[in-house]
Amino acid sequence: MSVLVYTESEQGKFKKVAFEVASYAKAVADQMGTTVTAVTINADDTSALGNYGVDKVLKVNDASLDKFNANAYASIIKQATEKEDAKVVIVSSSADSKYLAPLLAVDLNAGFASNVVEAPSSTSPFTVKRTAFTNKAFNMTTINSDVKLVAVSKNAFGLKENTASAAAEDFSASIPEIKVQVDAVDKVTGQVTIADAEVVVSGGRGLKGPENWGMIEELADVLGAATACSKPVSDLGWRPHSEHVGQTGKPVASNLYIAVGISGAIQHLAGINASKVKVVINTDPEAPFFKAADYGIVGDAFEVVPKLIEKLKEFKAQQ
Amino acid sequence: MKILVCISHVPDTTSKINFTDGDTKFDTNGVQFVINPNDEFGLTRAMWFKEKQGASVDVVNVGGPETEPTLRKALAIGADTAIRVNTEATDGFAVAKQLANVVKNGGYDLVIAGRESIDYNGGMVPGMLAGLTSANFVNNCISLEVDGTSAKAVREIDGGKETVSTTLPLVIGGQKGLVEESDLRIPNMRGIMMARKKPLNVVEPVDASAETASVKFEKPAPKGAVTLVDADNVGELVNLLHNEAKVI
Repeated sequence: MSVLVYTESEQGKFKKVAFEVASYAKAVADQMGTTVTAVTINADDTSALGNYGVDKVLKVNDASLDKFNANAYASIIKQATEKEDAKVVIVSSSADSKYLAPLLAVDLNAGFASNVVEAPSSTSPFTVKRTAFTNKAFNMTTINSDVKLVAVSKNAFGLKENTASAAAEDFSASIPEIKVQVDAVDKVTGQVTIADAEVVVSGGRGLKGPENWGMIEELADVLGAATACSKPVSDLGWRPHSEHVGQTGKPVASNLYIAVGISGAIQHLAGINASKVKVVINTDPEAPFFKAADYGIVGDAFEVVPKLIEKLKEFKAQQ
Repeated sequence: MKILVCISHVPDTTSKINFTDGDTKFDTNGVQFVINPNDEFGLTRAMWFKEKQGASVDVVNVGGPETEPTLRKALAIGADTAIRVNTEATDGFAVAKQLANVVKNGGYDLVIAGRESIDYNGGMVPGMLAGLTSANFVNNCISLEVDGTSAKAVREIDGGKETVSTTLPLVIGGQKGLVEESDLRIPNMRGIMMARKKPLNVVEPVDASAETASVKFEKPAPKGAVTLVDADNVGELVNLLHNEAKVI
């Protein structure tokens, strides 16, 4: 009857979201008076999960699972759910978990709530708060099925330390035939991704052209941030589509979001609303972004950003 | 190739979001509804298959009669037939079960759905539909090529992309990238006239229980006013981000 959590890893190491979903699972288990079991796939050392309240770890190690496969991963999580007789299953909102979760819901005949931002307000009926209308609202949702599946939003619940034993045991699950073959993975290495970034620096049309992105990259570099852009910028081809954040682009849920030369169209704001602190730099004091931001500078980005870089470098040097 | 494109009927991206009936229902007053943007990219890709490789393209929506103008718009863009499953879309699982029935009856080779609707953002219907119909599934799909019964797709992953190969029948959760923004089509007068004559079949729902229920909505707490920092005093921003916001 424990709460089951899928803790994701990459090349054997846990992703940060693994600890966040483990923290969430622990909160749910406490409310239900039960324990937390994690399932891992090709993770090396699982002891760190104990720091976030995981009591037991089911370790699956199989070379055929080195490349992600949604069906196979969902099947393994289903088998772990059945082994533990878990009634609540927790996953993250990474691209991989969003891919496997609906398949898992069908496998388990589980009601599924995605984008969940808080621990359940009640476990009977099981009620969670989730974002809807692209962060323009929250929706209280009950899950009424016997087995319940919850996908936790990134950077919403946070990490909560809790000491537990995280006793690991090997789990041999049967692996279904792989029907979607991975041919190539094209992943930027050595660069912070928008999905993982604590800080995101984003540029808009106010920067006038792609040749002016040097200072955005430098600002991001100083902050250890990912770079992003508004929709017009990606539509104009100044920056790749993968950097487009907003309603039809990527969602951003960073701790700090800095918008440079972005007016703040409603669709853009919806996509970045889940960020905790928002800073805007824009020449137009009437830009809608100033209504959504926590801090703002009315000024020319070409003057303000270099000064900000300089001040941040001084600050970092003092730390 | 028989293609089915799932069309969600959603408030326009610029809509103000309000609720009525004690915050239990979305307030549709004054709201314009559109084809869900993620679905529109998929529909446009489907038109490409129809025109370049030969395919029939049906569109489907689960919803009441109020969604028909959105289906007509999809017909005006070039879909051949529209299907409306005559029931309220309650939760994602229930919608996926209705769609699975349409897929089974229609014998579709390729089902294109948006990765998520921009209203409820469940992001679950495409994957559930694949699971329920035992079709292969690629989510966050940004490129799709089909050759006979083989498919090559690119999906967006955190920090990059992944190229996969699979076979039909296939369901994809599509998004921008399947086609470019500039490839999206605005229905012309001829398309609109033709759409009036194209079939829009209303089918009755199958028994399908919802596994979740919406209790109520909340709007985010109103935000405090922005703290403005003078452009000549940028150091103050660094100070505030460190000492007040504690994010650097």
